[in-house]
Amino acid sequence: MIPAPFTYRRAGTVAEALEMAAESGEDAKYLAGGHSLLPLMKLRLAVPEVLIDIGRLREAAYVRDEGGHIAIGALTRHHDLATSGLLASRVPLLAYAAGCVGDPQVRHRGTIGGSLAHGDPAADLPAVILALDATLVAQGPGGTREIAAADFFQGLYETALAPGELLTEIRVKRPESAGWSFQKFTKRAIDWAIVGVAAQGDRVALVNMGMTPMRAVAVEQALAAGLAPEQAASHAADGTSPPEDINATAAYRQHLARVLVGRALAQARARG
Amino acid sequence: MNVTITVNGTPITADVADRTLLVQFLREAGGLTATNVGCDTTSCGACTVLLDGESVKSCTVLAAQVDGSAVTTLEGLASPDGQMHPVQRAFHAEHALQCGFCTPGMVMAAVSLLAENPDPTQDEVRAGLEGNLCRGTGYHHIVRAVLAAARAGREPA
Amino acid sequence: MSILGTRVVRTEDPRLLTVGGVYVDDLAIPELDGAVRATFIRSPVAHAAITGIDADAARRLPGVVAVLTAADIAEAMRPDKPMAEPLLAIDRVRYVGEPVALVLTDGTCQGEDAAELVAVEYEPLAPVVTVADALLAKTLLFPAAGTNIAGTGTAGRADPDRFGGCEVVVERTIVNQRVAPVPLEVRATAARWSDGRLTVWASTQNAQLARDTIARRLGLDKSAVRVIAPDVGGGFGAKVGIDRDALTVAWAAYHTRGSVRWAETRSENLSGMVHGRGQRQTIRIGGHRDGRVIAYQLSIVQDCGAYPRSGAFLASLTQLMASGVYDIPGCGADYQAVVTTTTPIAAYRGAGRPEATAAIERAMDLFAGQIGMDPVEVRRRNLVPAQAFPYRTATGAVYDTGDYASALATVLAGAGYEDLRAEQARRRERGDVVCVGIGVSCYVEITAADAASGETARLAIDGDGSATVYTGSSAHGQGHATAWAMLVQDELGIPMERVTVIHGDTDAIPEAVGTYGSRSLQLGGAAVHKAASQVRDKARQIAAQLIEASEADLELDRDHGFWQVRGDPTTALTWAQVAAGAGEDGLEADVRFTAPQPTFPFGAHLAVVEVDTETGKARLVRHVTVDDAGVIVNPVLAEGQRHGGIAQGAAQALLEEVRFDADGNPQTATLADYAAVTAPDLPSFELLDSVTPTTVNPLGVKGIGEAGTIGAMPAVQSAVIDAVAHLGVTHIDMPATPQHVWAAINEARAAR
Repeated sequence: MIPAPFTYRRAGTVAEALEMAAESGEDAKYLAGGHSLLPLMKLRLAVPEVLIDIGRLREAAYVRDEGGHIAIGALTRHHDLATSGLLASRVPLLAYAAGCVGDPQVRHRGTIGGSLAHGDPAADLPAVILALDATLVAQGPGGTREIAAADFFQGLYETALAPGELLTEIRVKRPESAGWSFQKFTKRAIDWAIVGVAAQGDRVALVNMGMTPMRAVAVEQALAAGLAPEQAASHAADGTSPPEDINATAAYRQHLARVLVGRALAQARARG
Repeated sequence: MNVTITVNGTPITADVADRTLLVQFLREAGGLTATNVGCDTTSCGACTVLLDGESVKSCTVLAAQVDGSAVTTLEGLASPDGQMHPVQRAFHAEHALQCGFCTPGMVMAAVSLLAENPDPTQDEVRAGLEGNLCRGTGYHHIVRAVLAAARAGREPA
Repeated sequence: MSILGTRVVRTEDPRLLTVGGVYVDDLAIPELDGAVRATFIRSPVAHAAITGIDADAARRLPGVVAVLTAADIAEAMRPDKPMAEPLLAIDRVRYVGEPVALVLTDGTCQGEDAAELVAVEYEPLAPVVTVADALLAKTLLFPAAGTNIAGTGTAGRADPDRFGGCEVVVERTIVNQRVAPVPLEVRATAARWSDGRLTVWASTQNAQLARDTIARRLGLDKSAVRVIAPDVGGGFGAKVGIDRDALTVAWAAYHTRGSVRWAETRSENLSGMVHGRGQRQTIRIGGHRDGRVIAYQLSIVQDCGAYPRSGAFLASLTQLMASGVYDIPGCGADYQAVVTTTTPIAAYRGAGRPEATAAIERAMDLFAGQIGMDPVEVRRRNLVPAQAFPYRTATGAVYDTGDYASALATVLAGAGYEDLRAEQARRRERGDVVCVGIGVSCYVEITAADAASGETARLAIDGDGSATVYTGSSAHGQGHATAWAMLVQDELGIPMERVTVIHGDTDAIPEAVGTYGSRSLQLGGAAVHKAASQVRDKARQIAAQLIEASEADLELDRDHGFWQVRGDPTTALTWAQVAAGAGEDGLEADVRFTAPQPTFPFGAHLAVVEVDTETGKARLVRHVTVDDAGVIVNPVLAEGQRHGGIAQGAAQALLEEVRFDADGNPQTATLADYAAVTAPDLPSFELLDSVTPTTVNPLGVKGIGEAGTIGAMPAVQSAVIDAVAHLGVTHIDMPATPQHVWAAINEARAAR
């Protein structure tokens, strides 16, 4: 299986990438590791006319301690997140979850920026940055702007990135509460999560429970109101309309969300 | 476009369509057919090769993306004098292959796994091979072979 | 010492491990220089009339050589029976993925581009997705046939009063779901017409069968067709012979008088290659509260998919094996095989027998549950006793040899059955979220069901004293080259490194059956053994003449491969010398070995499963087996077969299922959606030994390729149900996915 024809362009710098995007118009796509986009292109579910390869922008692959926050370059690969000593000590939730993405080969190519920009509600890392309340940095023709994780995911495969805008960095402040948990429920290890839960302290986010990755608002409110974790977890599916597919009915997903949020909160408390 | 990839130590240059996948480049431009294609969804791992030393699925990488990089396929794993790599030897000794179709990808995935974790547990081996399907062995002998190769790697030759 | 029975690593491996196999799509041979690439246009709908095909735009695309449709196919090649399958669809499509047209291009990339440009107009017809829909017959797939039923059968007892004397009768309808074989190498074919002859390179288990089919369908003489099976990347029954798509590629080469090559995509494979299983089974079991089963009825509706390939036949094997290892005088079985607007169904590892075992084992568990007896005890009380062989079943099978009680006892002891039950009880008492379940299955299966067809072998001693075996069996991972060389070494003393094994080429081996139904060693291997014996007899005559001694005084020193006068090394002749003495005829034997009847391997499996009762997720944590296939020629190979079989059986029990939506659209058409079992889903397996030789072949061997699947599937399914039995669950259909298990727990809770 081979993608439909397209024009390949390789960017040497962020500035060059933005320039290429401006030239190429709406049918251009950025290509980072390619592990979200290329499979869709091979099935011809995505048919971009131009691919702008940003995979060589090594300047955008890093995990750095910036004092007030940890800065993660958007082109940092899952493998490098999973094996980062800095993340393991400062943001273990992200390191652990990155090690759950796909399989080793996918983690050797896929990047955090590519995963987030793809905006797939079934992906692991979007929920993680929601639970971390991270800030995303995007560069576009008009300059650089910051986007709160909570504002980033806007619909199925839709993000706050404007056409041509490039996600360059993810910033994570030191979590107020150290306890964390990532629960990925799958049929097989390599599958997408049927349901997933990311918890950092009392901030909880859900994988594959709707059109976008989402915070479990009702759970967070219940915790804030002083409910015990197991009671709070019973609100995990409140207000969600999860998808139905061959792996799960909506009701089963809602049940799983309650069970997994309960486990995540218990584990986070135990670690906190 | 013109792409040059160093495959098994030898640079291969070819003028290919932009959409050419790395696995096609290897098979068609390189004439190296050990690397197989078993799916279209980055699921089966039959096409696994080492890219700059790490396992990747060559069906989900454009040749253009890795222009200038170094790729190792099964054909390049044995030493120049023909001595098999410890993982190849262990696969042979432990009967870790049957029809051989998943084998090139499985071996390359195992080499990458052991490079990152030279002393894995059985569960770590199984997790490390999650991206490679084998339909014949039930994985039992593959897991044994990878553990045996790890042991061999730790012992002085 | 004989090499047979020793752990010999495979001679096939070094090549596969260093340069890789040469599968059809890897062929870089002059005969295929300039071959065009074939890409199918397949039906996107389950059931429709074709009202038009417009390929003009595709034909104008650069690189497109031809677009072929049914209109290009000669009248004589069209199917002549109501349910027979055309090459390319004529007027109507009956499953998503059915070949409608074929694009030929001169490069690898254009085929998919061109296929998108072929416009086919479909007028939708009502889909027939389930066997229940098929039986309703509101819509007929083949109006001319007047029915959706492609075959029926009955076996054994049919009288309903069998159940009259039973204290307890349990009845249940269960599903043996449709699964996909998923050989890692998808279907691939290359074909070349040249000098009045068609050569076809096919990924097949049976080159000769493929040749016969091609010749028949294309109206060619058998001698005008040559089929070559290069390395084959797994088959599992799905590559028996040659299927419609590959046949169409062969036809395209013949039609265009050129060379064509084709390798499908995995998406095409998952909807276009045959599926396996697909039975709805109603089981009715009756007996007494002391555990004795006296009556059993298995009623099957077999889904054949859109065209009855071997679907109807598979159900007849299920029927034949209905009573399994149990002595049930009141056993009967019946089946209806129906067509549906889905991918055709054919053989897949076990091919009809796993379905029989799954049914009777489920029935035994349900019966045990009903009378409140340990399921192991119920089994023990009904096993065919060891002294009863040969044993004729009510449905007509004659089991050759067996010791079922011993297999069960061995597996229980090996697994520590009592300890496992104690652990289960402890967890239940503690109220653990993760419960443990223990599943036991006892099985017997039929291998080499067509024993009378036999298998061929030709063995030739070459001038240098090496041997070449031309075998009718066809390897695709089983290790024939190693095993056959061992057989030759054992019989002739020619070291196995000097034995070359050739298979899968109809010019080299014109007559053969090939590989399916676990027949290779007991027929193909026995044929090699027979050929070697004949060569030895001839060699004895020749050596006697050369040494000028009497044949009776000669011996073959098998350790060194010398012929000599007994005890006199000074007279020693090498195989090269003896071969030279054979003259122009050469020293060889060409045989067909047939067996008087099939063999019946048996065994017992015990699976330990952990179930998370909150999420429904089941995990196989231990799997212990006895798989008695008679004498073992090479334990390494036998273990490999058992492992692979267990994995596929466990996979069906836990994960794998082909799904269609209500319109007949496949929902598992990629390997991202079809949950093929992976390494972390499985434990390492615990294999126990047991050897009960058969008497129907000189090697004492039975088949072992499918045994693991047949034993594992019911054991794992049973273990999952057992894990949640205390919650009131009595049955969970396969696959026991988290959702199925969770739903079963919920239902049981609601019913309480």
